[in-house]
Amino acid sequence: MTPTQEAPVASRTRTRRDAVLTIDDLTVVYEVENPVTAVKAASLTLGPGEILGLAGESGCGKTTLAYAINRLHRPPARIATGSVTFHDRDGTDVDLLALESEELRAFRWSKLSMVFQGAMNALNPVTTVRTQLEDVLLTHRRGMSKKERRERAAEVLTRVGVDPVRLSSYPHELSGGMRQRVMIAMAMLLEPQIMIMDEPTTALDVVVQRDILREIVRLRDELDFAVIFITHDLPLLLEISDRIAVMLQGEIVELSTAQRIYTDAQHPYTRRLLSSFPSLSGSRGAFIRTGVDEGSPVDTDTRSVVLPTPDDLEEGPR
Amino acid sequence: MTSIQITDLTKDFAVGSGLSRKAFRAVDHVSFDLLPGRTVALVGESGSGKSTIARMLAKLEKPTSGTIDVQLDDGTPVMGSLYRRHVQMVFQDPFASLNPFHSIEHHVARPLKIHRRTRGAAQTHERVLEMLERVNLRPAADIAARRPHELSGGQRQRVAIARALAPGAQVLIADEPVSMLDVSIRLGVLNLMGRLQREDNLAVLYITHDLATARHFSDEILVLYRGRVVERGPADAVILDPHHDYTKLLALAAPDPERVGKIVSDEAAPDRASLDNSVCFDHYTGEWETAREKGGARARV
Amino acid sequence: MTNVAPLTEAAVADPTAELASASADSGKPPRSPWRLMLPTMTPWLATGLALIGVIVLFGVVGPFFVGDPAAIRDIGLTGPSAQHLLGTTQTGQDVFAQLAWATRGSLQIGLIVGVLATALSAFFGILGAYIGGFTDEAFSLFSNVFLVIPGLPLVIVISGFVPQEQRGLWTIGVVLAITGWAASSRVLRAQTLSIRSRDYVAASRVAGERPWRVITVEILPNLLPVLASQFVFAVIAAILGEAGLSFLGLGASNSSTLGTMLFYAQNGFALPLGAWWWFGPPGLIIALFGTGLSLINFSIDEIINPKLKNVRLHRKQARRARKAAR
Repeated sequence: MTPTQEAPVASRTRTRRDAVLTIDDLTVVYEVENPVTAVKAASLTLGPGEILGLAGESGCGKTTLAYAINRLHRPPARIATGSVTFHDRDGTDVDLLALESEELRAFRWSKLSMVFQGAMNALNPVTTVRTQLEDVLLTHRRGMSKKERRERAAEVLTRVGVDPVRLSSYPHELSGGMRQRVMIAMAMLLEPQIMIMDEPTTALDVVVQRDILREIVRLRDELDFAVIFITHDLPLLLEISDRIAVMLQGEIVELSTAQRIYTDAQHPYTRRLLSSFPSLSGSRGAFIRTGVDEGSPVDTDTRSVVLPTPDDLEEGPR
Repeated sequence: MTSIQITDLTKDFAVGSGLSRKAFRAVDHVSFDLLPGRTVALVGESGSGKSTIARMLAKLEKPTSGTIDVQLDDGTPVMGSLYRRHVQMVFQDPFASLNPFHSIEHHVARPLKIHRRTRGAAQTHERVLEMLERVNLRPAADIAARRPHELSGGQRQRVAIARALAPGAQVLIADEPVSMLDVSIRLGVLNLMGRLQREDNLAVLYITHDLATARHFSDEILVLYRGRVVERGPADAVILDPHHDYTKLLALAAPDPERVGKIVSDEAAPDRASLDNSVCFDHYTGEWETAREKGGARARV
Repeated sequence: MTNVAPLTEAAVADPTAELASASADSGKPPRSPWRLMLPTMTPWLATGLALIGVIVLFGVVGPFFVGDPAAIRDIGLTGPSAQHLLGTTQTGQDVFAQLAWATRGSLQIGLIVGVLATALSAFFGILGAYIGGFTDEAFSLFSNVFLVIPGLPLVIVISGFVPQEQRGLWTIGVVLAITGWAASSRVLRAQTLSIRSRDYVAASRVAGERPWRVITVEILPNLLPVLASQFVFAVIAAILGEAGLSFLGLGASNSSTLGTMLFYAQNGFALPLGAWWWFGPPGLIIALFGTGLSLINFSIDEIINPKLKNVRLHRKQARRARKAAR
């Protein structure tokens, strides 16, 4: 089934380019005894300044896709076919899969950065926040003076809502939410045009999560970078994304605007995913989906009539 | 049929070591009832004390003070080793709550044997298959012979539910039973628990951080903040008409697609620093209680 | 003795993920976790098993086939020949016969100490950790004290106290076990603490299992690889320790072990006289036995820490890829 493709949402401030990243027919295979195709012919385009949500459950390939885009995948994962092209702001196109290691290193973080899942454990526990931030600048912006680096580190922390006095803290002295913000700050240091975030808020409390999401959207509005936001939490994506891609077993089964997915999801899996989230504010028994008649009247005891699918249908192939 | 009355449950943990030992109060005078056929949801973030309450109810931790009274319909108290026959728990992590070395049959058969629910190997085996079918694990004989790593997360959680009900438990404590499952599977498992509750008239304590499922699956909600109950009442009342600032904060923070595109809007979110957990709003009485009075407050049926 | 490089921080891997990935990788039906506890056959393991096998066979069966090791002859120190495969000592005793009996003696000591030390460490490590609280603190303190006491000097002192006639294999075995159990108990305690906090142990307690059943049925299977590894360490340490003791003249007086052979060889000036057939074989057997046991332990390490297995497999794949590229 061909997914419904939508033209990338134009960024708020410029419409010069159509896309900042084009992924075409990307296939990633795990070369084990019985090879597993983790990502099957994934194609999508990312518009400049757009927030693209990548939704799916465990094992659907979304993290593999993110790693492959960044060429962070390790054997036995191998990119079998496809291309990943970055359309720079200055007009050039970069074939990510063809970059040599030195070019790749220069490219990474300055054009495209990533916030990892479990980012809280990705911070070096024995160095201060300042050291880690300045290390990035040391590596990629050799021309900066020490003073400039210090200022930039403070500036970027303030941007994500952390008091610059925390620069001298060690990661274990920060709360989970703050550590996540530091990770985002680090990813923002070189003002990349794309940020890939792999479940950045999954392990955080819902209130902290809300704050971080607000920061991300606000920063996007200020700095105009594109975001690929990977998570299983579809309602969250509905709130913040411009477009959403739904992945199932390595394939992108649906790709359209958040609004369209909310009101008129096409693929059965998308609908099923939507119907797995009870609505908080709607009437009791309502689910986060529309367009599908569940047959559950609003005012009866809804605990018994929730899904049309019987219990044992949920054990689908993994 | 069994009910539980929890009164002024308190748990202090010792922090620091050596000469300076301070007490950290994880649970502070929490009271509520679990009655047959009703689900009570305990909602709170990490660090709120909800898991500690679950562990105390499962007798994995000893309360510092307060009482847990379990009684049958006619009022006879349930004590000693009979406690575990009546009160059981489903753990959060389906990947960790089953021993990888033993078969599913072993997991479900052990409680049957311990509590003498069956006599003899044949009867035990039959009962195991019965229980597996009850939780929709089919074909039961095939599943019983497998080991936990051969099952999916949802299947494992169903086994955990079957194991919990094997002794004939009347009170089920579900500690975040679906938060580690895949999204599309969660409702199936929650529905299963709902069905079993109706069939056996169980008293269920549903512990979660997810307000939406709490609202959907429980009759009553208790909101926990830093060890104290700050709001209690019927599920809809608490969610749709929150009084305490913390409940309002939780409700605002939960993702709501109705707010598509409005994430950075200026909702008057309560300031986190000013949250006060010494007061609790009780929807049943419609009154605010302060910590001192809470000792006697009970949820109304 | 007490500090033979104990495992530190080895996390007992939860087999679940292992098994799941094992069954995902190969199309074969998933192996039971009991099978997963057996090491995969690699050249290392095969070599180790072969070495151990041969030496144990030699020690167990050899004495039945060789002549009397104590028979004194007139021929004096002679090199290997047709009648005496490994020559004779300076009193004309057949070295080969002595070797067989000495190997048996060493194996006996190894076994005694291995079992005793493992039992002690299991008791103080596992039980203490499971019970927790004051008992745990007390057991831990006890094992720390034993850990801190220097092993070899303690063994020498104890051996020195026991009068020569009573210094049999068992005495030496007990002495070595007493000084050698502590390191292993620390490891077992750490592992038990980690396993004890796992949900399935809590679940079995909630189900109503009695403590002894929780320990034996839920915790112990996870500890088997670590216990096996500690047992092997104890055997290595015992054989080496006993050899050292005997060499110093403090070993088992009334029985023959590889160490006592070396002692007599030393006293008989075997080295200056160039009688390599006297001190060479016992030393070689000790070395080979230790090597074999260590190789087995490497394989057990892979079970305890499956990441080591990945390292090996990657190297294997890289080698294959290089070969294919040629």
